[in-house]
Amino acid sequence: MSENNIMLSVKGVNKSFGGLKALSDVGLQVKKNTVYGLIGPNGAGKTTFFNVITGLYEPDAGEFILNGKAYEPTAVHEVAKAGIARTFQNIRLFGQMTAVENVMVGRHVRTKGGVLGSILGLKSVRAEEKAIRDRAMELLDYVGIGKYHDYVSRNLSYGHQRRLEIARALATDPKLLALDEPAAGMNATEKVELTQLLRKISNDGVTILIIEHDVKLVMGLCDEMTVLDYGKILAQGLPENVRKDPKVIEAYLGGGH
Amino acid sequence: MNKYLKQLNPKQSIFGLVICIALLAAMPFIAKELGGTTWVRIIDMALLYVMLALGLNIVVGFSGLLDLGYVAFYAVGAYMVALLSSSHLSDNFAFFAQHFPNGLHIPLWVIVPLGAGLAALAGIMLGTPILKLRGDYLALVTLGFGEIIRILMNNLGKDTFNLTNGPRGINRIDPVTVFGYSLDNTLTIGSVQLTKEFLYYYLFLALAIVTIIVCYRLQKSRLGRAWMALREDDIAAKAMGINVRNIKLLAFSLGATFGGVAGGMFAAFQGFISPESFSFLESINILAMVVLGGMGHIPGVILGAIILYTLPEFLRFTVEPFQRNVLGKIWVDTAIVRQFILGLSMVLIMLYRPKGLWPTPEREDKKDIVDVSVDKPASNPAA
Repeated sequence: MSENNIMLSVKGVNKSFGGLKALSDVGLQVKKNTVYGLIGPNGAGKTTFFNVITGLYEPDAGEFILNGKAYEPTAVHEVAKAGIARTFQNIRLFGQMTAVENVMVGRHVRTKGGVLGSILGLKSVRAEEKAIRDRAMELLDYVGIGKYHDYVSRNLSYGHQRRLEIARALATDPKLLALDEPAAGMNATEKVELTQLLRKISNDGVTILIIEHDVKLVMGLCDEMTVLDYGKILAQGLPENVRKDPKVIEAYLGGGH
Repeated sequence: MNKYLKQLNPKQSIFGLVICIALLAAMPFIAKELGGTTWVRIIDMALLYVMLALGLNIVVGFSGLLDLGYVAFYAVGAYMVALLSSSHLSDNFAFFAQHFPNGLHIPLWVIVPLGAGLAALAGIMLGTPILKLRGDYLALVTLGFGEIIRILMNNLGKDTFNLTNGPRGINRIDPVTVFGYSLDNTLTIGSVQLTKEFLYYYLFLALAIVTIIVCYRLQKSRLGRAWMALREDDIAAKAMGINVRNIKLLAFSLGATFGGVAGGMFAAFQGFISPESFSFLESINILAMVVLGGMGHIPGVILGAIILYTLPEFLRFTVEPFQRNVLGKIWVDTAIVRQFILGLSMVLIMLYRPKGLWPTPEREDKKDIVDVSVDKPASNPAA
């Protein structure tokens, strides 16, 4: 396996909150154009790990390489610029803004219209603005909520909000899309639709890292996975191997079975 | 989309624009007919408050940063103009007396950009130490900042170092001159006499229109969206790659700029300023204009500024005659009634229109239900 085959390589991440060791020596490697799953029981440290790699929490130790380049996850907006876009476990949309505006915010980091240009209405800024809007509309259509583009996002249904959050993340032209429990609270049909959408995104060349509770969904979707428990790696590898791992079975079903 | 095209029908919009311009141009004449020159002056001041409210709206309405000391920027602009276009500095400092025996009378068109720049700098000065504060804490610090500026102006008037003349204020500030023509002089065109108030009206109107255009363009820009994203959810905004620190500082400094320009205009218009004009209550008033009008919605904020500035003035002129003529004698002091009605109307607005008088319109996700009921008969002709 050559080095430039790897999109995200994380090694030796440690993070404690006071006396609680939330992550100890966690590391993983996500290959380009694959879907990587991160599962584990509640409180296993999945979201903490996400927050660390996206710069929301500062790690105590760790080595981070995105697409061959080392990066320091110290500022969230720098990480986004470097190419990791994320969604949140409890949806965090810009509630009062319309769906299309939400996605347009995602274009912020890839555009550069400044104060004077905007005030004077320069041609270049107007052209950029049109490009932003066109791209946002395109992405809304891509995730299947194009016709709701002018709805205030907090009035959208739950499933649509999840999709909107994905569209907004895609608008930053990410190399890696990090999804924190995208299927939480969805019914079976919605989960199937979401899986289809994620496959489509993956096929279009975006690498995906996904946290999910629904083991069935993850097993069907992911190329590789890591199981966390109490902040430590329990198992790592292909889904069929992980599924058979006795430690994983014990963590999910409890000992003595 | 159709609705949009209809709104942009060129014939209609040009017609509407012409009527708007005519109305705005005739405004001071109408006001003078109905209430005399005092009312022209009130409208002038209302226009300044439109600028102030729109400036504060960038900070509070767009970016969601509660600023209770906005009047500080207004003061900075006003004092800048007062110092640079009056004889105060030459009267009190040997250095200036030596070099400018008649006082510094720098043309306003140089001072206003300077004032705007200085206010923007003050905005960044205020913004930098409080970047990490939110909500109540932010409000408290900005409140303190507003008070510090006022107290500073009050106390920099000692004989040893008389920069601001303290509570006595600075007077004989130069009026605005446009191409060498002082706006304090009455302009006569044919049989129409345009007094000072009229001339300032047109100047302030032009400035207010520029402010409105700038605000609209900023709101619709990439930066405007970043501000709103910050207001809605700062963590998500960061995750979208927005540099929250820069965007906050930009909001503070741009908002302050409008305050600074309005302050400079106020100083030139009045010819006299003192720290009394920049009290905490003034900050609250401007904030009330933004909140009652409809936070973040430009037409709402303009409406809020006009209503909140003119309503107390209107009451000042009507409460007493009303009591005298209708109730026979003056039962309650005018000032009390004025405060009471103003307070009551604020409470009522917040009760019945909690998002402001004219908030941002929004679409709700209920259209589908309506659509289905409309579509059904058409798709099922047999029924």
